[in-house]
Amino acid sequence: MAIPIAYNIRSVRVRWVSAVVAVVGIAGAVGVFVAMLALANGFEAALATSGSPLNVKVRRAGTNSEMESGVSLDETRIIGDAPGLARGADGSPLISGEVVVVTALPKAGYGTDANVSVRGVSPLAAQVHDVVKIAEGRFFQPGLAELIVGRGVAATIEGLSLGSRPRFGGREWTVVGLFDSNGSAFDSEIWCDARLLNESFGRPTGVSQSVTARLSSIEAFKVFKDTLTSDPRLSVQVQHEQEYYASRSTMMSTLIRSLGFLVAVVMGIGSVFGALNTMYSAVAARAREIATLRALGFGPLSVVVSFVFESLLIALAGGIVGCLLALPVNGIGVSTMNWQTFSHLAFAFRVTPMLMLLGVSFALMMGLVGGLLPAIRAARLPIASALREL
Amino acid sequence: MKFLPLIVRNLFRKKIRTTLTILSIAVAMFLFGLLAVIDTAFTAGLEVAGADRVVVIGRNGVIQLLPMGHGDKIAAIAGVTDVAFATWFGGVYQDESNFFPQFAVQDDAYLRIYSEYVVPSDQLKAYLEDRQAAIVGRKTAQRFGWKIGDRIPLKGTIFPGAWEFNVRGIYTGRRQQDDETQFMFRAKYLEERAPAWAQGLVGWYVVKVADPSQALPIAKKIDERFANSSAETKTQPEEIFIASWVNQMGNIRLLVISVGVVVFFTLLLVTGNTMAIAVRERTGEWAVLKTLGFGDGIVLTLVLAESLTIAVIGGGLGLAFAKVFTIFGNPMPGLLPVFLLSNIRLLAGLVLTLLVGFAAGIIPGFLAMRLKIVDALRRV
Repeated sequence: MAIPIAYNIRSVRVRWVSAVVAVVGIAGAVGVFVAMLALANGFEAALATSGSPLNVKVRRAGTNSEMESGVSLDETRIIGDAPGLARGADGSPLISGEVVVVTALPKAGYGTDANVSVRGVSPLAAQVHDVVKIAEGRFFQPGLAELIVGRGVAATIEGLSLGSRPRFGGREWTVVGLFDSNGSAFDSEIWCDARLLNESFGRPTGVSQSVTARLSSIEAFKVFKDTLTSDPRLSVQVQHEQEYYASRSTMMSTLIRSLGFLVAVVMGIGSVFGALNTMYSAVAARAREIATLRALGFGPLSVVVSFVFESLLIALAGGIVGCLLALPVNGIGVSTMNWQTFSHLAFAFRVTPMLMLLGVSFALMMGLVGGLLPAIRAARLPIASALREL
Repeated sequence: MKFLPLIVRNLFRKKIRTTLTILSIAVAMFLFGLLAVIDTAFTAGLEVAGADRVVVIGRNGVIQLLPMGHGDKIAAIAGVTDVAFATWFGGVYQDESNFFPQFAVQDDAYLRIYSEYVVPSDQLKAYLEDRQAAIVGRKTAQRFGWKIGDRIPLKGTIFPGAWEFNVRGIYTGRRQQDDETQFMFRAKYLEERAPAWAQGLVGWYVVKVADPSQALPIAKKIDERFANSSAETKTQPEEIFIASWVNQMGNIRLLVISVGVVVFFTLLLVTGNTMAIAVRERTGEWAVLKTLGFGDGIVLTLVLAESLTIAVIGGGLGLAFAKVFTIFGNPMPGLLPVFLLSNIRLLAGLVLTLLVGFAAGIIPGFLAMRLKIVDALRRV
């Protein structure tokens, strides 16, 4: 026969100090757990959403990143003639020859510089990169020293607000637009006309580092890739854009994920000890009650179930409180250095419902582990001697 | 001291509870140690920055290369005692995940300025005689099992092609925090095979100044020297240069501190509660002690001693474990070049432990002290 749930709820109420301590202990662990995963989550989201499933990145064969690669104007034309490309309103293929340089700009609030990626793109880039939406202002005009700036970089770097005139690459630029790419890595970039960027940084005219191409359909990938890789005039590799950006951050995401996981697990182990302590104390303090329950005819299993339930109740409360405590970090912007691209990457903590569910499950697991052993001890109490105790 | 047996007996009264409390403190202090290690990894550079060194980079950032001719002009500036250049190579050894920093450096000038990197003189001599020579940090050599004389292939990324180097020397850092992961090779070799766009250019200059207090004015003079030239410079004391990298890594310190604070308070609560329960359980005993004539001070001391003992055992265990963890290896040698728990942070951990022990014991101790004998004895 099951012991009524009301018994547990009342018990928790009577011993509220211990219960509150246990709840806070678990809440702390869950809060840290959720916040750490939210950080890793935000970082990965920034990269997973970089690029569209329809986009592919073409760069020189054998290179790891676009910054080492080079694609000439002739090669860009050949790429534009390949089958499977989406076309703009005027019928021209949607490709964008792109160049990335890294420049040092002052990091807001630090007084030191941060490396920022400046991406030179073709005027068609707005149609190629459909994830990039102009949020304020307008797109840059080809041929003019105008910049459009990602949301993330505008927030973390000084002097990039709309209308400001930053100086780099030996000339003054004007910020004419702010864009939003839904938290992706583009948000950490500054975009401008590729030709002008080449000129400012003394790079050869017409040479891009990579070409981003928009396909007419996802199925067109194979034809497009095979055409380019089998063309004797080209020596290039073709990769899905999303895959490319994910590969540019493996080092950083491994670091963030393993550090976050390590901290969360250690914290979790500590909380299990805390939960065990609370439940053992609860059992010890209630020896007579438990013996009375047994004497009334409740079986050992009922006692185990009842105590585990109580522990789970406390853990659930701790889990919910922990998630609530972690909630305010959602959306907080952070930025870090991505060594693989040698430039700064802004992203935001991302607390998702899924993550909170995970946090509550983590708490319940702690409750289960912390409650089971004490519950078994409770069930094993010798009835006669426990009743005789004070 | 005569109370020692009593304290020990009390600790053993509830073995499970004492063990669990010690373990929770151990876990928390282990976590503290871990966070300290991470913090050190990101900021170690600041601790070892030479006060007498300034770093000259291109005005557009470290990516912008500088003319080789800048070196002599910098050396001519008053107060400068030594100059060397270096260039970031960024090659890949077998796989991208095997990351370690690689620079092409100017003969022995670079190592002369970075005097904290110790290379045996015969190895330095061998390095200067071999065009393809490289000097590798102890940790990187250990990581890949390299020995003197090994031939190391790197795949160039910034400077395309397959490059091969001979390990001619292995350097060690003078201090614990020195970065022992770098791979330095002769700039002459890079120059021979560098593509046209990089000819005659170097990555950055490191400059040694005679008087550290003059570092800022000299930095200013260097920048003025190249102002309005085609290659303008930005010169910073080494500490600020490194700080810009640390700042770019994000505010790791804030993150570490926030987690630490959460851990600390959670821990305090758990330990405090345990002590409160322990004291409450023994109400009768305190009353008996007092009846026998022991003063309030003794009662308070007993409670505090018990709480401190638990904290110190737990904290000691946790910190020792964290120390062992750092000795047994670095899970991410590429990204965290310095992986150690320094003595100063160990000490901070111990102080924190004592604080926890004290704070957890003080309130229950006071309660025990204030007990009225009559009430307490009646409660039984």
